[in-house]
Amino acid sequence: MVIQTIYLPHLPANPIHIFLFENVKNAAFLREQLMAGNMEFEYTFLDSTMILSLHHVLAAMFRAVNDLKHNRIRTKNVHSEAVFCLSPNNNIAESFRRFGLSGATESMLAIKVGGLDPTTPLDQEAEKVKRHILASVDGSPLDSLDRIDDFADLDKIRKVYKLQKGSKSNRTGGQSAQVNTGNGDEEREEMEAVILGLMALRGA
Amino acid sequence: MTLTTAAVTTAHTLPPPFTSPTSPPLDLRVQGAESLLYKTTLLTPSLPCALKYRPPKAYRHATLDRRLTKARLLAEARVLVRCRRDGVTVPGVLGADWETGWIALEWVEGRTVREVLDGVYHVREHRDAQSAEEKEGKEGIEGIEKQLLGLMRKVGVAVGKLHSVGVCHGDLTTSNLMLRPRKKKRTTHPGHDAAEAAEAAEADIAMEALRDAQAQEPEPEQELDGDVVLIDFGLANQTVQDEDKAVDLYVLERAFGSTHPQAEHLFQEVLNAYGENYKAGQTVLRKLDQVRMRGRKKSMLG
Ligand SMILES: Nc1ncnc2c1ncn2[C@@H]1O[C@H](COP(=O)(O)OP(=O)(O)OP(=O)(O)O)[C@@H](O)[C@H]1O
Ligand SMILES: [Mg+2]
Repeated sequence: MVIQTIYLPHLPANPIHIFLFENVKNAAFLREQLMAGNMEFEYTFLDSTMILSLHHVLAAMFRAVNDLKHNRIRTKNVHSEAVFCLSPNNNIAESFRRFGLSGATESMLAIKVGGLDPTTPLDQEAEKVKRHILASVDGSPLDSLDRIDDFADLDKIRKVYKLQKGSKSNRTGGQSAQVNTGNGDEEREEMEAVILGLMALRGA
Repeated sequence: MTLTTAAVTTAHTLPPPFTSPTSPPLDLRVQGAESLLYKTTLLTPSLPCALKYRPPKAYRHATLDRRLTKARLLAEARVLVRCRRDGVTVPGVLGADWETGWIALEWVEGRTVREVLDGVYHVREHRDAQSAEEKEGKEGIEGIEKQLLGLMRKVGVAVGKLHSVGVCHGDLTTSNLMLRPRKKKRTTHPGHDAAEAAEAAEADIAMEALRDAQAQEPEPEQELDGDVVLIDFGLANQTVQDEDKAVDLYVLERAFGSTHPQAEHLFQEVLNAYGENYKAGQTVLRKLDQVRMRGRKKSMLG
Protein backbone atom coordinates (compact mmCIF):
# COMPACT_ATOMS: atom_id res chain seq x y z
CA MET A 1 0.00 0.00 0.00
CA VAL A 2 2.80 2.43 0.96
CA ILE A 3 0.51 5.46 0.91
CA GLN A 4 -2.12 5.81 3.59
CA THR A 5 -4.79 8.38 3.11
CA ILE A 6 -6.58 9.36 6.27
CA TYR A 7 -9.70 11.47 6.44
CA LEU A 8 -10.00 13.51 9.60
CA PRO A 9 -13.66 13.11 10.59
CA HIS A 10 -14.71 16.77 10.32
CA LEU A 11 -12.33 17.75 7.52
CA PRO A 12 -13.39 15.48 4.66
CA ALA A 13 -12.25 17.97 2.00
CA ASN A 14 -8.63 17.63 3.06
CA PRO A 15 -7.45 14.02 2.94
CA ILE A 16 -4.14 13.51 4.73
CA HIS A 17 -1.63 11.44 2.75
CA ILE A 18 0.93 9.82 5.01
CA PHE A 19 4.12 7.90 4.21
CA LEU A 20 6.45 6.21 6.69
CA PHE A 21 10.05 5.50 5.71
CA GLU A 22 12.93 3.73 7.40
CA ASN A 23 16.59 3.49 6.36
CA VAL A 24 16.45 7.06 5.10
CA LYS A 25 19.74 8.19 3.57
CA ASN A 26 18.98 11.68 2.27
CA ALA A 27 17.31 13.48 5.19
CA ALA A 28 19.87 16.31 4.93
CA PHE A 29 18.97 16.85 1.28
CA LEU A 30 15.24 16.91 2.04
CA ARG A 31 15.81 19.40 4.80
CA GLU A 32 17.75 21.67 2.44
CA GLN A 33 14.83 21.66 0.03
CA LEU A 34 12.59 22.94 2.84
CA MET A 35 15.05 25.61 3.85
CA ALA A 36 15.42 26.76 0.26
CA GLY A 37 11.65 27.03 0.00
CA ASN A 38 11.46 24.55 -2.85
CA MET A 39 7.70 24.39 -3.50
CA GLU A 40 7.96 20.87 -4.87
CA PHE A 41 8.86 19.77 -1.38
CA GLU A 42 5.95 21.24 0.50
CA TYR A 43 5.41 18.38 2.94
CA THR A 44 5.25 17.92 6.67
CA PHE A 45 8.50 16.04 7.19
CA LEU A 46 8.87 14.57 10.67
CA ASP A 47 11.58 12.61 12.38
CA SER A 48 9.59 9.58 13.48
CA THR A 49 11.55 9.12 16.70
CA MET A 50 9.67 12.19 17.94
CA ILE A 51 6.24 10.82 17.08
CA LEU A 52 4.52 8.76 19.75
CA SER A 53 1.55 7.45 17.80
CA LEU A 54 -0.77 8.01 14.88
CA HIS A 55 -3.06 10.04 17.14
CA HIS A 56 -0.12 12.28 17.98
CA VAL A 57 0.53 13.18 14.37
CA LEU A 58 -3.16 13.40 13.47
CA ALA A 59 -3.75 15.89 16.28
CA ALA A 60 -1.08 18.12 14.75
CA MET A 61 -2.57 17.76 11.28
CA PHE A 62 -6.02 18.55 12.63
CA ARG A 63 -4.91 21.71 14.34
CA ALA A 64 -2.86 22.88 11.34
CA VAL A 65 -5.73 22.42 8.88
CA ASN A 66 -8.25 23.95 11.29
CA ASP A 67 -5.98 26.93 11.93
CA LEU A 68 -5.51 27.34 8.17
CA LYS A 69 -9.29 27.41 7.68
CA HIS A 70 -9.53 30.10 10.33
CA ASN A 71 -6.73 32.12 8.74
CA ARG A 72 -4.47 32.04 11.72
CA ILE A 73 -1.44 29.96 10.83
CA ARG A 74 1.81 31.34 12.15
CA THR A 75 4.27 29.72 9.75
CA LYS A 76 4.68 29.68 5.96
CA ASN A 77 2.10 27.08 5.05
CA VAL A 78 -0.10 24.36 6.48
CA HIS A 79 2.69 21.78 6.22
CA SER A 80 5.21 23.74 8.27
CA GLU A 81 2.36 24.69 10.59
CA ALA A 82 1.75 21.02 11.37
CA VAL A 83 5.34 20.73 12.64
CA PHE A 84 4.76 23.78 14.84
CA CYS A 85 1.49 22.24 16.05
CA LEU A 86 3.45 19.41 17.67
CA SER A 87 5.15 21.94 19.89
CA PRO A 88 4.24 22.53 23.54
CA ASN A 89 5.45 26.16 23.23
CA ASN A 90 5.47 29.11 20.83
CA ASN A 91 9.03 28.81 19.58
CA ILE A 92 8.68 28.03 15.87
CA ALA A 93 12.38 27.54 15.08
CA GLU A 94 12.73 25.19 18.03
CA SER A 95 9.75 23.12 16.90
CA PHE A 96 11.34 22.65 13.46
CA ARG A 97 14.57 21.56 15.10
CA ARG A 98 12.88 19.15 17.48
CA PHE A 99 10.31 17.49 15.27
CA GLY A 100 11.66 18.08 11.78
CA LEU A 101 14.42 16.30 9.89
CA SER A 102 18.07 16.48 10.82
CA GLY A 103 21.12 15.04 9.11
CA ALA A 104 20.86 12.13 11.51
CA THR A 105 17.25 11.22 10.70
CA GLU A 106 16.88 7.58 9.70
CA SER A 107 13.15 7.07 9.92
CA MET A 108 10.64 9.70 8.93
CA LEU A 109 7.08 10.60 8.10
CA ALA A 110 6.24 12.54 4.97
CA ILE A 111 2.75 14.01 5.03
CA LYS A 112 0.80 15.93 2.42
CA VAL A 113 -2.48 17.69 3.07
CA GLY A 114 -4.78 17.06 0.12
CA GLY A 115 -7.55 19.15 -1.35
CA LEU A 116 -5.64 22.42 -1.26
CA ASP A 117 -4.71 22.64 -4.95
CA PRO A 118 -7.85 23.24 -6.99
CA THR A 119 -6.07 22.28 -10.25
CA THR A 120 -5.54 18.66 -9.19
CA PRO A 121 -8.65 16.48 -8.92
CA LEU A 122 -8.79 14.60 -5.61
CA ASP A 123 -8.78 11.19 -7.28
CA GLN A 124 -5.48 11.86 -9.04
CA GLU A 125 -3.83 13.65 -6.17
CA ALA A 126 -2.83 10.60 -4.12
CA GLU A 127 -1.06 8.98 -7.07
CA LYS A 128 0.74 12.19 -7.93
CA VAL A 129 1.96 12.69 -4.37
CA LYS A 130 3.02 9.07 -4.13
CA ARG A 131 5.06 9.23 -7.32
CA HIS A 132 6.84 12.36 -6.17
CA ILE A 133 7.64 11.25 -2.64
CA LEU A 134 8.88 7.81 -3.65
CA ALA A 135 11.17 9.42 -6.18
CA SER A 136 12.44 11.96 -3.64
CA VAL A 137 13.13 9.99 -0.48
CA ASP A 138 16.10 7.64 -0.51
CA GLY A 139 14.76 5.09 1.96
CA SER A 140 12.43 2.12 2.43
CA PRO A 141 8.72 2.97 2.47
CA LEU A 142 6.71 0.90 4.95
CA ASP A 143 3.40 -0.71 4.08
CA SER A 144 1.59 0.17 7.23
CA LEU A 145 1.43 3.03 9.69
CA ASP A 146 1.09 0.52 12.52
CA ARG A 147 4.81 0.70 12.93
CA ILE A 148 4.82 4.42 13.85
CA ASP A 149 4.80 3.39 17.52
CA ASP A 150 7.95 1.30 17.08
CA PHE A 151 10.10 4.24 16.04
CA ALA A 152 9.15 6.49 18.96
CA ASP A 153 11.99 7.43 21.29
CA LEU A 154 10.07 7.78 24.54
CA ASP A 155 12.89 9.44 26.47
CA LYS A 156 13.32 12.18 23.88
CA ILE A 157 9.58 12.72 23.64
CA ARG A 158 9.21 12.92 27.42
CA LYS A 159 11.95 15.50 27.57
CA VAL A 160 10.41 17.79 24.99
CA TYR A 161 7.01 17.70 26.67
CA LYS A 162 8.51 17.77 30.18
CA LEU A 163 6.86 14.54 31.30
CA GLN A 164 7.88 12.38 34.23
CA LYS A 165 8.97 8.86 33.56
CA GLY A 166 6.81 5.93 34.63
CA SER A 167 3.11 5.36 34.31
CA LYS A 168 0.96 6.90 36.97
CA SER A 169 1.65 4.09 39.38
CA ASN A 170 0.07 5.94 42.27
CA ARG A 171 -2.79 7.00 40.07
CA THR A 172 -5.75 6.08 42.24
CA GLY A 173 -4.01 5.19 45.42
CA GLY A 174 -3.96 1.75 47.01
CA GLN A 175 -7.46 0.41 46.65
CA SER A 176 -8.14 0.01 42.96
CA ALA A 177 -4.62 -1.04 42.13
CA GLN A 178 -5.61 -3.88 39.82
CA VAL A 179 -4.31 -1.77 36.96
CA ASN A 180 -3.43 -4.01 34.03
CA THR A 181 0.01 -5.45 34.62
CA GLY A 182 2.32 -2.53 34.07
CA ASN A 183 3.16 -2.92 30.39
CA GLY A 184 4.34 0.04 28.36
CA ASP A 185 0.95 0.43 26.70
CA GLU A 186 -0.57 2.15 29.67
CA GLU A 187 2.30 4.56 29.95
CA ARG A 188 2.04 5.39 26.26
CA GLU A 189 -1.67 6.00 26.63
CA GLU A 190 -1.04 8.39 29.49
CA MET A 191 1.71 10.16 27.60
CA GLU A 192 -0.50 10.55 24.57
CA ALA A 193 -3.37 11.98 26.59
CA VAL A 194 -1.15 14.63 28.18
CA ILE A 195 0.74 15.48 24.98
CA LEU A 196 -2.42 16.03 22.93
CA GLY A 197 -3.60 18.39 25.66
CA LEU A 198 -0.34 20.34 25.66
CA MET A 199 -0.51 20.65 21.87
CA ALA A 200 -4.11 21.79 21.92
CA LEU A 201 -3.26 24.50 24.46
CA ARG A 202 -0.18 25.84 22.70
CA GLY A 203 -0.50 29.59 22.35
CA ALA A 204 -3.35 29.87 24.82
CA MET B 1 -47.58 25.58 25.07
CA THR B 2 -46.18 23.82 22.02
CA LEU B 3 -44.80 27.01 20.54
CA THR B 4 -42.59 27.67 23.55
CA THR B 5 -41.25 24.12 23.52
CA ALA B 6 -40.31 24.44 19.87
CA ALA B 7 -38.47 27.67 20.53
CA VAL B 8 -36.47 26.11 23.35
CA THR B 9 -35.29 23.16 21.29
CA THR B 10 -34.04 25.06 18.23
CA ALA B 11 -30.96 23.52 16.73
CA HIS B 12 -27.67 25.19 17.50
CA THR B 13 -25.13 25.94 14.84
CA LEU B 14 -21.65 24.80 15.65
CA PRO B 15 -18.63 26.68 14.36
CA PRO B 16 -16.38 25.25 11.61
CA PRO B 17 -15.07 22.60 11.19
CA PHE B 18 -18.19 21.03 12.70
CA THR B 19 -20.36 22.27 9.87
CA SER B 20 -19.48 19.96 6.99
CA PRO B 21 -22.55 18.22 5.59
CA THR B 22 -20.58 15.00 5.15
CA SER B 23 -19.20 15.08 8.69
CA PRO B 24 -19.71 12.23 11.12
CA PRO B 25 -22.75 12.60 13.38
CA LEU B 26 -22.73 15.21 16.11
CA ASP B 27 -24.92 13.64 18.71
CA LEU B 28 -26.20 16.22 21.22
CA ARG B 29 -26.15 14.48 24.59
CA VAL B 30 -26.49 17.21 27.19
CA GLN B 31 -27.72 20.75 26.93
CA GLY B 32 -26.42 22.60 29.96
CA ALA B 33 -26.92 26.19 30.96
CA GLU B 34 -23.54 27.24 29.62
CA SER B 35 -22.60 24.53 27.20
CA LEU B 36 -23.71 21.86 24.78
CA LEU B 37 -22.13 18.45 24.90
CA TYR B 38 -21.97 16.31 21.77
CA LYS B 39 -20.62 12.85 21.17
CA THR B 40 -18.61 12.74 17.96
CA THR B 41 -15.11 11.95 16.66
CA LEU B 42 -12.14 14.20 15.92
CA LEU B 43 -8.97 12.36 14.94
CA THR B 44 -10.15 8.97 13.70
CA PRO B 45 -13.61 7.46 13.32
CA SER B 46 -12.80 4.94 16.05
CA LEU B 47 -11.84 7.43 18.76
CA PRO B 48 -15.02 8.86 20.29
CA CYS B 49 -14.85 12.29 21.83
CA ALA B 50 -16.97 14.63 23.91
CA LEU B 51 -17.25 17.97 22.17
CA LYS B 52 -18.12 20.69 24.64
CA TYR B 53 -19.29 23.86 22.94
CA ARG B 54 -19.99 27.15 24.66
CA PRO B 55 -22.29 29.07 22.32
CA PRO B 56 -22.19 32.87 22.31
CA LYS B 57 -24.67 34.51 24.64
CA ALA B 58 -26.80 36.99 22.76
CA TYR B 59 -27.53 39.10 25.84
CA ARG B 60 -23.86 39.84 26.47
CA HIS B 61 -21.72 42.33 24.66
CA ALA B 62 -19.95 40.33 21.91
CA THR B 63 -16.37 41.23 22.88
CA LEU B 64 -16.97 40.62 26.56
CA ASP B 65 -18.75 37.37 25.76
CA ARG B 66 -15.84 36.10 23.68
CA ARG B 67 -13.41 37.00 26.41
CA LEU B 68 -15.41 35.24 29.12
CA THR B 69 -15.92 32.15 26.98
CA LYS B 70 -12.24 31.97 26.22
CA ALA B 71 -11.26 32.37 29.86
CA ARG B 72 -13.62 29.69 31.12
CA LEU B 73 -12.76 27.25 28.37
CA LEU B 74 -9.04 27.66 28.85
CA ALA B 75 -9.27 27.43 32.62
CA GLU B 76 -11.08 24.11 32.25
CA ALA B 77 -8.67 22.75 29.62
CA ARG B 78 -5.59 23.75 31.61
CA VAL B 79 -6.80 22.08 34.79
CA LEU B 80 -7.65 18.91 32.86
CA VAL B 81 -4.21 18.69 31.26
CA ARG B 82 -2.52 19.40 34.53
CA CYS B 83 -4.61 16.78 36.37
CA ARG B 84 -3.94 14.19 33.72
CA ARG B 85 -0.22 14.87 33.89
CA ASP B 86 -0.28 14.43 37.66
CA GLY B 87 -2.15 11.14 37.54
CA VAL B 88 -5.70 12.20 38.40
CA THR B 89 -8.23 10.19 36.39
CA VAL B 90 -9.83 12.81 34.13
CA PRO B 91 -10.56 12.78 30.39
CA GLY B 92 -7.68 14.01 28.26
CA VAL B 93 -8.01 17.08 26.01
CA LEU B 94 -7.91 16.08 22.33
CA GLY B 95 -8.29 19.52 20.80
CA ALA B 96 -9.53 23.02 21.48
CA ASP B 97 -10.44 26.28 19.81
CA TRP B 98 -10.88 29.07 22.30
CA GLU B 99 -11.80 31.62 19.62
CA THR B 100 -14.86 29.71 18.49
CA GLY B 101 -15.53 28.20 21.90
CA TRP B 102 -15.07 24.41 21.92
CA ILE B 103 -12.93 21.77 23.55
CA ALA B 104 -12.82 18.10 22.58
CA LEU B 105 -12.31 15.60 25.39
CA GLU B 106 -11.76 11.90 25.47
CA TRP B 107 -15.11 10.18 25.63
CA VAL B 108 -15.61 8.51 28.99
CA GLU B 109 -17.58 5.28 28.66
CA GLY B 110 -19.97 4.28 31.38
CA ARG B 111 -22.39 6.30 33.45
CA THR B 112 -22.32 9.11 35.96
CA VAL B 113 -22.31 8.02 39.59
CA ARG B 114 -25.70 9.65 39.86
CA GLU B 115 -27.05 7.33 37.16
CA VAL B 116 -25.39 4.36 38.80
CA LEU B 117 -27.06 5.13 42.13
CA ASP B 118 -30.38 5.81 40.42
CA GLY B 119 -30.09 2.39 38.85
CA VAL B 120 -29.32 0.62 42.09
CA TYR B 121 -32.00 2.29 44.18
CA HIS B 122 -34.55 2.02 41.47
CA VAL B 123 -33.96 -1.73 41.51
CA ARG B 124 -34.20 -1.89 45.27
CA GLU B 125 -37.42 0.05 45.54
CA HIS B 126 -38.90 -1.96 42.74
CA ARG B 127 -37.92 -5.25 44.37
CA ASP B 128 -38.95 -4.08 47.83
CA ALA B 129 -42.44 -3.61 46.53
CA GLN B 130 -42.66 -7.28 45.63
CA SER B 131 -40.68 -8.52 48.62
CA ALA B 132 -37.08 -8.32 47.68
CA GLU B 133 -35.91 -10.89 50.15
CA GLU B 134 -38.13 -13.53 48.65
CA LYS B 135 -36.90 -12.74 45.19
CA GLU B 136 -33.18 -12.54 45.55
CA GLY B 137 -32.36 -13.22 49.17
CA LYS B 138 -30.80 -10.94 51.67
CA GLU B 139 -27.37 -11.62 50.23
CA GLY B 140 -28.33 -10.03 46.92
CA ILE B 141 -29.07 -6.70 48.51
CA GLU B 142 -26.09 -6.89 50.79
CA GLY B 143 -23.99 -7.73 47.76
CA ILE B 144 -25.04 -4.51 46.11
CA GLU B 145 -24.33 -2.53 49.26
CA LYS B 146 -20.90 -4.07 49.45
CA GLN B 147 -20.18 -3.08 45.89
CA LEU B 148 -21.53 0.38 46.54
CA LEU B 149 -19.11 0.74 49.42
CA GLY B 150 -16.33 -0.15 46.98
CA LEU B 151 -17.59 2.57 44.67
CA MET B 152 -17.66 5.08 47.55
CA ARG B 153 -14.04 4.19 48.32
CA LYS B 154 -13.04 4.87 44.74
CA VAL B 155 -14.78 8.23 44.84
CA GLY B 156 -12.91 9.11 48.03
CA VAL B 157 -9.59 8.02 46.55
CA ALA B 158 -10.18 9.98 43.34
CA VAL B 159 -11.14 13.18 45.18
CA GLY B 160 -8.17 12.74 47.51
CA LYS B 161 -5.85 12.41 44.55
CA LEU B 162 -7.33 15.53 42.97
CA HIS B 163 -6.82 17.53 46.15
CA SER B 164 -3.33 16.15 46.63
CA VAL B 165 -2.19 17.74 43.37
CA GLY B 166 -3.60 21.08 44.49
CA VAL B 167 -6.80 21.26 42.51
CA CYS B 168 -10.34 21.90 43.71
CA HIS B 169 -13.21 20.78 41.54
CA GLY B 170 -15.63 23.55 42.42
CA ASP B 171 -18.81 21.64 41.46
CA LEU B 172 -18.38 18.19 42.90
CA THR B 173 -21.74 16.50 42.37
CA THR B 174 -22.60 12.90 41.55
CA SER B 175 -23.25 14.02 37.95
CA ASN B 176 -19.65 15.13 37.63
CA LEU B 177 -18.24 11.76 38.68
CA MET B 178 -18.34 8.98 36.14
CA LEU B 179 -17.83 5.25 36.58
CA ARG B 180 -15.92 3.92 33.60
CA PRO B 181 -15.93 0.16 33.13
CA ARG B 182 -12.51 -1.43 32.85
CA LYS B 183 -11.38 -2.46 29.43
CA LYS B 184 -12.52 -5.88 28.28
CA LYS B 185 -9.25 -7.81 28.55
CA ARG B 186 -9.53 -8.94 32.15
CA THR B 187 -6.56 -10.56 33.80
CA THR B 188 -7.31 -13.46 36.11
CA HIS B 189 -5.65 -12.95 39.43
CA PRO B 190 -3.59 -15.65 41.01
CA GLY B 191 -4.65 -16.58 44.52
CA HIS B 192 -8.31 -16.62 43.55
CA ASP B 193 -9.52 -18.66 46.50
CA ALA B 194 -12.90 -20.11 47.35
CA ALA B 195 -13.98 -17.15 49.45
CA GLU B 196 -13.24 -14.79 46.63
CA ALA B 197 -15.09 -17.01 44.22
CA ALA B 198 -18.13 -17.01 46.48
CA GLU B 199 -17.94 -13.26 46.72
CA ALA B 200 -17.79 -13.01 42.97
CA ALA B 201 -20.86 -15.25 42.63
CA GLU B 202 -22.68 -13.07 45.13
CA ALA B 203 -21.70 -10.03 43.15
CA ASP B 204 -23.06 -11.69 40.04
CA ILE B 205 -26.47 -11.99 41.59
CA ALA B 206 -26.43 -8.32 42.39
CA MET B 207 -25.28 -7.53 38.90
CA GLU B 208 -28.08 -9.55 37.42
CA ALA B 209 -30.63 -7.59 39.40
CA LEU B 210 -29.11 -4.46 37.99
CA ARG B 211 -29.14 -5.75 34.46
CA ASP B 212 -32.75 -6.86 34.68
CA ALA B 213 -33.94 -3.47 35.75
CA GLN B 214 -32.04 -1.67 33.06
CA ALA B 215 -32.46 -4.13 30.24
CA GLN B 216 -33.87 -1.34 28.08
CA GLU B 217 -30.51 0.44 28.14
CA PRO B 218 -28.36 -0.60 25.19
CA GLU B 219 -25.09 -0.20 27.10
CA PRO B 220 -23.83 -3.63 28.10
CA GLU B 221 -21.81 -2.25 31.01
CA GLN B 222 -23.92 -2.22 34.12
CA GLU B 223 -21.14 -2.97 36.49
CA LEU B 224 -20.33 -1.27 39.73
CA ASP B 225 -16.76 -2.15 38.98
CA GLY B 226 -14.53 0.27 37.11
CA ASP B 227 -12.57 3.48 37.49
CA VAL B 228 -14.00 6.68 38.84
CA VAL B 229 -13.33 9.53 36.41
CA LEU B 230 -13.81 13.16 37.38
CA ILE B 231 -15.41 15.42 34.76
CA ASP B 232 -16.68 19.00 34.30
CA PHE B 233 -13.85 21.22 35.48
CA GLY B 234 -15.59 24.42 34.40
CA LEU B 235 -15.46 25.79 37.94
CA ALA B 236 -12.19 24.20 39.06
CA ASN B 237 -9.53 26.21 40.75
CA GLN B 238 -5.80 25.68 41.12
CA THR B 239 -4.77 27.84 44.03
CA VAL B 240 -6.42 26.19 46.92
CA GLN B 241 -6.74 26.24 50.65
CA ASP B 242 -7.91 23.38 52.86
CA GLU B 243 -11.08 25.39 53.22
CA ASP B 244 -11.84 25.05 49.47
CA LYS B 245 -11.15 21.33 49.61
CA ALA B 246 -13.50 20.95 52.56
CA VAL B 247 -16.17 22.79 50.58
CA ASP B 248 -15.67 20.31 47.72
CA LEU B 249 -16.41 17.46 50.14
CA TYR B 250 -19.34 19.31 51.66
CA VAL B 251 -20.89 19.92 48.24
CA LEU B 252 -20.49 16.24 47.40
CA GLU B 253 -22.01 15.20 50.72
CA ARG B 254 -25.02 17.42 50.13
CA ALA B 255 -25.34 16.11 46.59
CA PHE B 256 -25.46 12.53 47.86
CA GLY B 257 -27.93 13.45 50.56
CA SER B 258 -30.33 15.24 48.25
CA THR B 259 -30.34 12.93 45.26
CA HIS B 260 -29.92 9.61 47.06
CA PRO B 261 -31.00 9.86 50.69
CA GLN B 262 -30.91 6.02 50.81
CA ALA B 263 -27.19 6.22 50.08
CA GLU B 264 -26.43 8.80 52.73
CA HIS B 265 -25.08 6.21 55.19
CA LEU B 266 -22.55 5.13 52.57
CA PHE B 267 -21.00 8.56 52.29
CA GLN B 268 -18.81 8.05 55.34
CA GLU B 269 -16.88 5.54 53.25
CA VAL B 270 -15.97 8.34 50.79
CA LEU B 271 -14.49 10.29 53.67
CA ASN B 272 -12.70 7.23 55.09
CA ALA B 273 -10.98 6.49 51.80
CA TYR B 274 -10.23 10.18 51.32
CA GLY B 275 -8.53 10.43 54.71
CA GLU B 276 -6.61 7.17 54.30
CA ASN B 277 -5.26 7.87 50.84
CA TYR B 278 -4.51 11.56 50.99
CA LYS B 279 -1.84 12.54 53.48
CA ALA B 280 -3.10 16.02 54.28
CA GLY B 281 -6.70 14.82 54.17
CA GLN B 282 -7.12 14.75 57.94
CA THR B 283 -6.85 18.54 58.18
CA VAL B 284 -9.39 18.89 55.41
CA LEU B 285 -11.76 16.54 57.20
CA ARG B 286 -11.51 18.65 60.34
CA LYS B 287 -12.29 21.72 58.26
CA LEU B 288 -15.26 19.85 56.86
CA ASP B 289 -16.80 19.78 60.33
CA GLN B 290 -16.61 23.57 60.52
CA VAL B 291 -18.04 23.95 57.05
CA ARG B 292 -20.94 21.66 57.96
CA MET B 293 -21.64 23.71 61.07
CA ARG B 294 -21.72 26.92 59.11
CA GLY B 295 -23.99 25.25 56.56
CA ARG B 296 -26.41 24.26 59.29
CA LYS B 297 -26.49 27.75 60.79
CA LYS B 298 -27.12 29.23 57.39
CA SER B 299 -30.04 26.90 56.70
CA MET B 300 -31.52 27.74 60.11
CA LEU B 301 -31.41 31.40 59.26
CA GLY B 302 -33.36 30.41 56.15
N1 LIG C 1 -15.67 13.31 28.52
C1 LIG C 1 -16.93 12.89 28.64
N2 LIG C 1 -17.27 11.66 28.23
C2 LIG C 1 -18.56 11.23 28.32
N3 LIG C 1 -19.56 11.97 28.81
C3 LIG C 1 -19.28 13.19 29.24
C4 LIG C 1 -17.96 13.73 29.17
N4 LIG C 1 -17.98 14.98 29.66
C5 LIG C 1 -19.25 15.21 30.01
N5 LIG C 1 -20.05 14.15 29.78
C6 LIG C 1 -21.50 14.04 30.03
O1 LIG C 1 -22.08 15.30 29.79
C7 LIG C 1 -22.65 15.83 31.00
C8 LIG C 1 -22.39 17.34 31.04
O2 LIG C 1 -21.01 17.59 30.93
P1 LIG C 1 -20.33 18.69 31.82
O3 LIG C 1 -20.66 18.38 33.24
O4 LIG C 1 -18.91 18.79 31.45
O5 LIG C 1 -21.12 19.94 31.28
P2 LIG C 1 -21.90 21.10 32.05
O6 LIG C 1 -22.31 20.65 33.42
O7 LIG C 1 -22.95 21.61 31.14
O8 LIG C 1 -20.70 22.11 32.13
P3 LIG C 1 -20.58 23.56 32.75
O9 LIG C 1 -21.08 23.45 34.17
O10 LIG C 1 -19.09 23.81 32.70
O11 LIG C 1 -21.35 24.47 31.88
C9 LIG C 1 -21.99 15.05 32.11
O12 LIG C 1 -22.78 14.96 33.27
C10 LIG C 1 -21.80 13.69 31.47
O13 LIG C 1 -22.99 12.95 31.49
MG1 LIG D 1 -21.87 19.09 34.91
